[in-house]
Amino acid sequence: MGALLRVFRKEFLENSRDRRTLFSALLLGPLLGPLLFGVMVSRMLDQSVAESDAPLAIEISGGEHAPHLLSFLRSQGALCREVHESAQSALAAVRRAEAAVVLIVPDDYAPRFSRAAPAPLLLIADSSDSEARKSAERLRALLAGYASGIAEARLRARGVDPLLGVPVAVQDIDAATPAGRSVAVLGFMTYFVLFAVLMGGLYLAIDTTAGERERGSLEALLSLPVARGALIGGKMLATSAYMCASLAIALGAFVCVLRLVPLERLGMSPDVGVRTALEFFAICLPFVPLGAVAMMLVASFARSYREAQTYLTSVLLVPTLPIAFASIYSLKTRSSLMLIPSLSQHLLMTSILKDQPIAPLDVAVSAGSALALAAVLFVATARHWRRESMLG
Amino acid sequence: MIEAAALRKRFGAIEAVREVSFRALDGEITGLLGPNGAGKSTTLRMLYGVLTPDGGSARIDGLDIRGETSSARSRLGVLPHAAGLYGNLSARENIEYFAALHRIDRGRLALRIEELAAALGMQSFIGRRVKGCSQGQRIKVALARALIHDPQNLVLDEPTNGLDVMAIRNLRDILRDLKAQGRCVLFSSHVMQEVAALCDRVVIIGRGSVLADGSPESIRETSGARSLEEAFLKVLGEPEGLN
Repeated sequence: MGALLRVFRKEFLENSRDRRTLFSALLLGPLLGPLLFGVMVSRMLDQSVAESDAPLAIEISGGEHAPHLLSFLRSQGALCREVHESAQSALAAVRRAEAAVVLIVPDDYAPRFSRAAPAPLLLIADSSDSEARKSAERLRALLAGYASGIAEARLRARGVDPLLGVPVAVQDIDAATPAGRSVAVLGFMTYFVLFAVLMGGLYLAIDTTAGERERGSLEALLSLPVARGALIGGKMLATSAYMCASLAIALGAFVCVLRLVPLERLGMSPDVGVRTALEFFAICLPFVPLGAVAMMLVASFARSYREAQTYLTSVLLVPTLPIAFASIYSLKTRSSLMLIPSLSQHLLMTSILKDQPIAPLDVAVSAGSALALAAVLFVATARHWRRESMLG
Repeated sequence: MIEAAALRKRFGAIEAVREVSFRALDGEITGLLGPNGAGKSTTLRMLYGVLTPDGGSARIDGLDIRGETSSARSRLGVLPHAAGLYGNLSARENIEYFAALHRIDRGRLALRIEELAAALGMQSFIGRRVKGCSQGQRIKVALARALIHDPQNLVLDEPTNGLDVMAIRNLRDILRDLKAQGRCVLFSSHVMQEVAALCDRVVIIGRGSVLADGSPESIRETSGARSLEEAFLKVLGEPEGLN
């Protein structure tokens, strides 16, 4: 035990003097996620504000056939630019992105309208363009409003109660809380938290294994009367210490960013304060030693520092897999899923963001499985360190 | 005393070390001489316990080196092929780390480091970060690190690699001092002159086996050569790989 602590002290101290380690563990790793997040959400906010405040701009061809419709659209604040296009040329123009939405009023609009027959309109837009799609939806909503107004008037004129045409009135009640809605945006935050945890220890994991071997210091170390377990344990502890620091910084940064970004404007209000950050820290803590020993084991197989870096950058992707899986399959928190590390942390953190209660059993299983896997990998690492290949 | 008894080691299809046996005695400097690839490093690694022999045993003062926490290891100081120091730590910190792992009492440690620094001529750079030290200075730090626990036995793997003439002479003097203190010193080399100048006993290794074992003079006589150089070449049976 004493040897383990001595190894820990030296590794911690030595790496505190290495600029690259400090940079990636305390700056790049933990701050990348919150910064990216802040920038993305601000963009989204600016965009949605722009969309709802900006007037709808469309092109209308054949507006002379539907003057009443045209003045209705203009009265609703739409900017209608009158053009003279056929359906084909309008389609080509939209494809060339010269126009976003084109409304074509054919020649037979007026005669059919005055006969109270369905009067045709052509709405041309590119559904693969998200802005154009939103504009088309707004136009469709305006046209629907226009049509229902006319329909009501026609029925009344014929002595029919318009309400006869509304057999069922459905009222949508959204069960999502503002906190819950924010998960759509904050969902990927969990990946960045786990990314920060791994980045915090990446260079240390390499330095204490492949780096030690490349420098030639491993041999002298292995000749000492110290158990391999103590060597690996001390290095793991040092790596974990930096990972905890990175985790704390990442969570702190997220709390700050979320305070600065006005998510209420999107109808979301994540309750991410110091308490949530502490809860996240506790949930991610068992993942720390697992990440440390996993990275050390992988790095132990590398012949050189460079090789270890290559292997480990792939390891950074591993926590994304369960999370991507969860998003694609819309997994809900189930006790059995708590057995899968990184996924269980993701699900628990997401539940907290949604203000949902968490079962203590789930937390225990999540922590237990991460620590159990860490123990298994520790034994595997110790066995690998007894092999000749460790000497390089 | 360092004792190799019928050591064997195979790496895949290659038999790196075949039945190597010899003894290095207290109060003597023993040289392990042989061309590159002869099996010197492998033999030494088995002697200081970082490689497990396929057969035979390695003993330090009669204690088997096998076992991670064997007490044999406390009686041995090692300077491996690449000195392997930690660049971001100072010379003193490097020594302190190994001292801590040898469980040396911290109270006595500072004094011991001062003594070693004086003995090896390290006072001027003892507090400097190792990455700022010259090769000769680094060897001294590695040597101090190997001696900090006051081991009876010392193994050095090609210690003069990369050293200039002054540094080599310096190292020789230090090794002679250690011998005078009654310690057992074993070092490997492929530089014949070095071995001839310094060693009381020479073990010549070629192609994984011991080809000769004795004082430089007795080896010369036995091989019937006129000079030591000739004797070595004869024993090895191949001219390449020797300086």
